[in-house]
Amino acid sequence: MKFFMKCDEAVHVCDKSQYNEASFFEKLKLKMHILICVLCRSHAKQNTKLTKTIKSANIKTLRPEEKQRIKTKLQNEIKNGHNS
Amino acid sequence: MEVLNPDQWVDKYADYLYNYTIVRVNDPIVAQDLISETFLAGLKSKKNFKGEATERTWLISILKRKIIDYYRKINSKKGKAEVHISYRDEDSEGDWLEENAADPFDRTAEDRMENKELGLAILECLEKLPEKQATIFKLKTVENFDTETICKEYNITPSNLWVIIHRARKSMVECLEKNWFN
Repeated sequence: MKFFMKCDEAVHVCDKSQYNEASFFEKLKLKMHILICVLCRSHAKQNTKLTKTIKSANIKTLRPEEKQRIKTKLQNEIKNGHNS
Repeated sequence: MEVLNPDQWVDKYADYLYNYTIVRVNDPIVAQDLISETFLAGLKSKKNFKGEATERTWLISILKRKIIDYYRKINSKKGKAEVHISYRDEDSEGDWLEENAADPFDRTAEDRMENKELGLAILECLEKLPEKQATIFKLKTVENFDTETICKEYNITPSNLWVIIHRARKSMVECLEKNWFN
């Protein structure tokens, strides 16, 4: 395994690390890469900012069962002629 | 001109409407009911849609009325609504409350307020992504599903998933830079 990664690998590891799915060694290599690569540094910065922003928004989602329930209701209503 | 596609309403707008409602009624069950009523009402008044607003804006205008109705209902159950008001100065004391109320036609003020809700801004950006990309990104990023579960559900490989996630993240950064961070 090479110690210096290329940009496309750095970008991929950066994405994975947003979801805590990058290994320790991958993260280390990413840090090394970012030290020398301006483009990847700015990409990593934006990528991390996106993660933080979405986390801070505390978005609530409807449960899939609930969505399905509403969908079924709506579809029945469409079938029953309101769509004519 | 905008057209309505009720088949896609739930997938496209349910989470947006839910986030809009939950901060206003603060009760998940009530919020769910209001949303389901909103979609049904939208279907019934489809003919009234002029295509001037976007589909989502139009659904939100229906939802707003449902939320107001809900508060009217619980207030009439209480018998009397309590109104607390602080007068701006001594002289205006006793003036009609209506005169102190914000101009209902000042749409921009309200829009500005709604735009302050980050969650809604994020969901708006998500609407602009291709449907599958939006769904998978939302599962992974908002609902924190793990890679394996999503791959199984959508029958894709992990590398497919990361390509989708990468594209979605790129578009989301661009969209939020434009509409949120300026």
